[in-house]
Amino acid sequence: MNQTVLTAPQRNRIRVLIAKPGLDGHDRGAKVIARALRDAGFEVIYTGLHQTPEMIIQAAIQEDVHVIGISILSGAHNALVPEVIQGIRGAGLNDTLVLVGGIIPEEDFEGLRAAGTAMVFTPGTALEEIINYIDKHAPSR
Amino acid sequence: MMPAMANDTKTIADRRKEWDSRLAANTKKFPERPVRFTTLSDMEVPLLCTPDDLESVGFDFEKDLGFPGEFPYTRGVQYNMYRGKLWTMRQFAGFSSPTETNKRFKLLLEQGQTGLSTAFDMPTLMGYDCDSPKAKGEVGKCGVSVSSLEDMEELFEGIPLGEVTTSMTINGPAIVILAMYYAMAEKRGVPKEKVKGTLQNDILKEYIAQKEWLFPIAPAVKCVIDTIEYGTKHYPNWNTVSISGYHIREAGATAVQELAFTLADGMAYVEESIKRGMDVDEFAPRLSFFFDVHNDFFEEIAKFRAARRIWAHLMRDRYGAKSPKSWMLRTHAQTAGVSLTAQQPMNNVVRVAVQAMAGVLGGVNSLHTNSMDETLALPTDEAVMVALRTQQVIAEESGVANYADPLGGSYLVEYLTKKVETEALEYIKKIDEMGGMIKAVENGYPQAEIGNSAYHFQRQLEKKEKVMVGVNRYQSEEKKRAFETLYIDRSVEKRQSERLKALKSKRDPLKVQQALSSVKLAAEKGENLMPSIIGAVSVYSTLQEVCDTLRGIYGEYREEGKF
Repeated sequence: MNQTVLTAPQRNRIRVLIAKPGLDGHDRGAKVIARALRDAGFEVIYTGLHQTPEMIIQAAIQEDVHVIGISILSGAHNALVPEVIQGIRGAGLNDTLVLVGGIIPEEDFEGLRAAGTAMVFTPGTALEEIINYIDKHAPSR
Repeated sequence: MMPAMANDTKTIADRRKEWDSRLAANTKKFPERPVRFTTLSDMEVPLLCTPDDLESVGFDFEKDLGFPGEFPYTRGVQYNMYRGKLWTMRQFAGFSSPTETNKRFKLLLEQGQTGLSTAFDMPTLMGYDCDSPKAKGEVGKCGVSVSSLEDMEELFEGIPLGEVTTSMTINGPAIVILAMYYAMAEKRGVPKEKVKGTLQNDILKEYIAQKEWLFPIAPAVKCVIDTIEYGTKHYPNWNTVSISGYHIREAGATAVQELAFTLADGMAYVEESIKRGMDVDEFAPRLSFFFDVHNDFFEEIAKFRAARRIWAHLMRDRYGAKSPKSWMLRTHAQTAGVSLTAQQPMNNVVRVAVQAMAGVLGGVNSLHTNSMDETLALPTDEAVMVALRTQQVIAEESGVANYADPLGGSYLVEYLTKKVETEALEYIKKIDEMGGMIKAVENGYPQAEIGNSAYHFQRQLEKKEKVMVGVNRYQSEEKKRAFETLYIDRSVEKRQSERLKALKSKRDPLKVQQALSSVKLAAEKGENLMPSIIGAVSVYSTLQEVCDTLRGIYGEYREEGKF
């Protein structure tokens, strides 16, 4: 069972992939989050910019990640997020926690959840909140 | 105890010392709030400045300030400033299809806007057509989709190109989009000298901050210099590059970093153009700038004033420009998108007003005010109108437009201007030592500096050392949003793709092929690409066809996933 707050050494076994799909170049948020998660003790992999869903799926499989954080600020989330989730589930990453961050209108939350997103974080979210969420919900494998 | 009366033999320094001790005693009774008093960029600032503080930073009226319209332009580039001409109110617009954006353009012109500004969608910014697999989900989302000259013609349908000034925010494939604009003006018979506007075309800041690139750095900079060279010869009133700090700031830079990196980018274009054999006074007057206006009122005002002073000195003293037009830093400004909050979004109207006021007091030449809903989605007509009206209230009601440089001579503002200038010059010196900005960008130097600042600011927010109202303080339970946002559905993608398909079936394939071969040849030979690209888009070669041709020769830029 997951504890609410993990220690840095406990976090070290959790691999997080921060992914920037599509053509969107806004990477300030993705980089800040990647850095904050690394500082909190997680193992963080950042895909870099302009990744196709296929490239992200491959990276997730290769690194056998516990968590994927998808960052999108261009409005393309409804097209790109479901494709990534289907891909990783199809490859057997059944318990990988999928988080989405960026400019996401409220009316799209439900669709993203239905597609398999665990949580959507919008601007103004405290880094601590994201860290706590991962502590609590990352698969314990 | 009563303060001692001023005594003729006492210097300001003596009296300051006495005042400081009374201040200390007073502070014991009324302690300062337990916060660090710094600017938004975390610059330490004084409570109070006196003439001595100006002396300590070497302030000199003649050298540092002078008069408006004259070197070093600290006080603004025009003699009579906004009494002569108000700043251009230029709202950035672009979404969905060219037809939809054309309607928004016409609405803004009807409402008293004086210039147009075009936002393109992500596929267009990356040089892909709307039907490319890479464009999936992104067509018309963040701006308007333009894949061919036909789209460009639709976008400006019914708009008198010889009368409005048009700004186009595009960089990676800027040369192709500019070619479309020139081709359209030519087809409509608009005289070349009447074609007025600005192309962003600042590729260096793409690698630094905005990250919408096509080619590796060297050929991409070559394309920029091609447009400068061609524009200088043929389109004398077109601003060939808008050297942009906006995106650098939005990516997390401090005010000083924004200023220094932007000026350093400008220096790189000047140096490359001189290397091409151009005379500095031929092209420099057509370079313009674009800065952010963020929340910290005085820091921002100081930034604009310092920007003009540094640039004037660089152009005259370092590059030997003789024309005052080359010395002047003319700038557009946009209020800070990152400062807007999704929480309690009505508060954004206030933020934008404060920022816009700083821009005007800083002497900008053109201004975009953000709409309150832009952190949620593209702005609605109503929100855009409030933003435009904000500028009109400042211009027509507040009275600030009566004065040239109203804050000039303020001890604090002059001190801050000097401080921002000095710190920016330190960065510029560091970049010089690295071999110039192109080298610095290749080495990832500005990128790393900005990343550090962004992270530092985020930590400050977490610790509540910096406050965002409604986000980390003064939060409130929110009801459902009080206003509608604009929603772009995916049918745009389908409709635009069908339009493109129809275009491809009716154009002359042989002409397209020949025109693209000319582009390829010009690229291989290292010639100026502008004439061949104008030829290619004129026969309706698409944006992506031209860009793919160039990608075939130049390759593509890739950034490692460093953080």
